Amino acid sequence: MSYFEVKNLVKKFGGLTAVNDVSFSIEKGKIFGLIGPNGSGKTTIFNCINHYYPLSGGKIYFKEKRIDKLPTYEICKLGIGRTFQIVKPLRRMTTLENVMSGAFLKTSNITKAKDKALEVLDFCDLFRHRHFPAKGLTIANKKRLEIARALATEPELLLLDEVAAGLNPKETETAMEIIQKIRSSGITILIVEHVMKVMMGISDRIMVINFGKEIARGTPQEIVNNQEVIKAYLGESYAQGK
Amino acid sequence: MLKKFWFLSIIIIIAIILPFIVQSSYYQHIFILILIWGTLGVAWNLLGGYTGQVSFGHAAFFGLGAYGAGLLAFHLHISPWWGMIVGPVAAVIISIPIGLICFRLRGPYFALAMLAVGEICRLIFTEWVPFTNGAMGILTLTTFSSKLPYYYIGLVVLLLSIYTVYRLMASRAGYYFVSIREDQDTAESLGIPTTKYKMYSLIPSAFFSGLAGAFYMNYMNYIEPSIVFSLPDVSIMIIMVVILGGVATLWGPVVGAIIYVVLSELFRSSLGSAHLLVFGVIVCLVIMYMPNGVMGEANKIKKLFRRKGTHIGSEMT
Ligand SMILES: Nc1ncnc2c1ncn2[C@@H]1O[C@H](COP(=O)(O)OP(=O)(O)OP(=O)(O)O)[C@@H](O)[C@H]1O
Ligand SMILES: [Mg+2]
Repeated sequence: MSYFEVKNLVKKFGGLTAVNDVSFSIEKGKIFGLIGPNGSGKTTIFNCINHYYPLSGGKIYFKEKRIDKLPTYEICKLGIGRTFQIVKPLRRMTTLENVMSGAFLKTSNITKAKDKALEVLDFCDLFRHRHFPAKGLTIANKKRLEIARALATEPELLLLDEVAAGLNPKETETAMEIIQKIRSSGITILIVEHVMKVMMGISDRIMVINFGKEIARGTPQEIVNNQEVIKAYLGESYAQGK
Repeated sequence: MLKKFWFLSIIIIIAIILPFIVQSSYYQHIFILILIWGTLGVAWNLLGGYTGQVSFGHAAFFGLGAYGAGLLAFHLHISPWWGMIVGPVAAVIISIPIGLICFRLRGPYFALAMLAVGEICRLIFTEWVPFTNGAMGILTLTTFSSKLPYYYIGLVVLLLSIYTVYRLMASRAGYYFVSIREDQDTAESLGIPTTKYKMYSLIPSAFFSGLAGAFYMNYMNYIEPSIVFSLPDVSIMIIMVVILGGVATLWGPVVGAIIYVVLSELFRSSLGSAHLLVFGVIVCLVIMYMPNGVMGEANKIKKLFRRKGTHIGSEMT
């Protein structure tokens, strides 16, 4: 069995099937990319993995253990960290306190949690913002705070949901560097991103979904040349014209 | 750190010698009321201020504490001072199922569920006459003729509640409480079992509310459901006191209690029942011009001079 595996995942919101029978697996230490047009169900897959929503069907395994019935906090304790696409900073806490709240997962000692948090803040290039309330950070820094807070829980698998969305080219570059650094530290990554350059540059494998269903899967090279993918992103005429 | 220690020592010394400086038993009565309201405010603030679980029904715990003491005397004819143990324990025991049920609700729904809990308690204690003596209430005998023992017991209760909150907020639990207040979903995603930590916040909160209630019974020697379970005079007033003094600040509830008790005594004689109206207006003015309460604003000013605030959760806007 794979390190991380999603089997026949289904998620319905009333009459709408947001995720329709999606399966994939991720090897330890790899970066797995998930792409698809707006509203195709990527965030919903994340929300099912960390049980923010209950599943309508399917199973999820992490290190041979079935996790889809566990509460959200247990999934984090097992080593799956996540960021939120729509950032959710702990607004009236400082940047440092935000990250400490994550670091407390592995220690109950204030000094140790603080040291860990400062180390992570440094890693994510947020160190100089540590004493400011999180609500005052720029969007780029809030996105980084999402990563830092998740990293402080020392995850083995990290789910990154559009951490480069809405950033300018220079900020995107920094975000990519951080993701590369995370990967070199041995953390497995599941990433959703619209910026193709980012996805193609860092993913080992990519899965494309549309309307909640898988339409393609493969290496970044295979994906850019796939007819279905071009159709989904650019429309029927482009695919034929090619 | 050292400065804080001196500041605290001076406050405690003043509190200890105060009844020797002010010997009028009327003023001492006011001090004791401040101690009771301060304890209630500190208890509410742990759950409502730091943990963000605003309760409109803390009279339930206050009343249970008071009746815990009163019923001991009423049925078993033993000293209501035993109620200082039985009362808070009763409040804690009742708080556990209440928490497990109400914490499924968030935000205003939780607040309203607690409001219902408070009202249900008031009705039960009014209607269940054989057990509670109903609306006639419970009358006990005065233990001490002097106010001094009451003052010191009340002071110990208040300081104990403040110390408990201080220790909690200086630990991992404190960070978790504030995280839950700021965003429950984020907290869960960081591995925080939010329901469990809400319980960790509710239990001491119910305990000290109950302790304040038991002490109130022993001091006033008379309780009835419409007093100790009162929605406007207890549940809502606690919130007012905390807002006035500073939500999610350690000393705010005490400052709020001082302002509330002193003002209501001042206006009670001159304005009669309109004193509540005046108090309401003052609370509105505070919300408009000092949204963080007296201590919240004071902390902000202090922070301007000293960049790194270390105590968690006092940053309110
Ligand atoms: N809580 C919800 N209730 C009802 N419908 C929802 C809910 N969350 C998502 N949806 C719907 O499910 C579908 C998939 O949404 P999702 O957010 O997963 O898309 P996405 O691929 O992450 O899109 P984007 O690229 O814009 O982030 C959409 O049609 C969305 O409207
Ligand atoms: Mg999304």
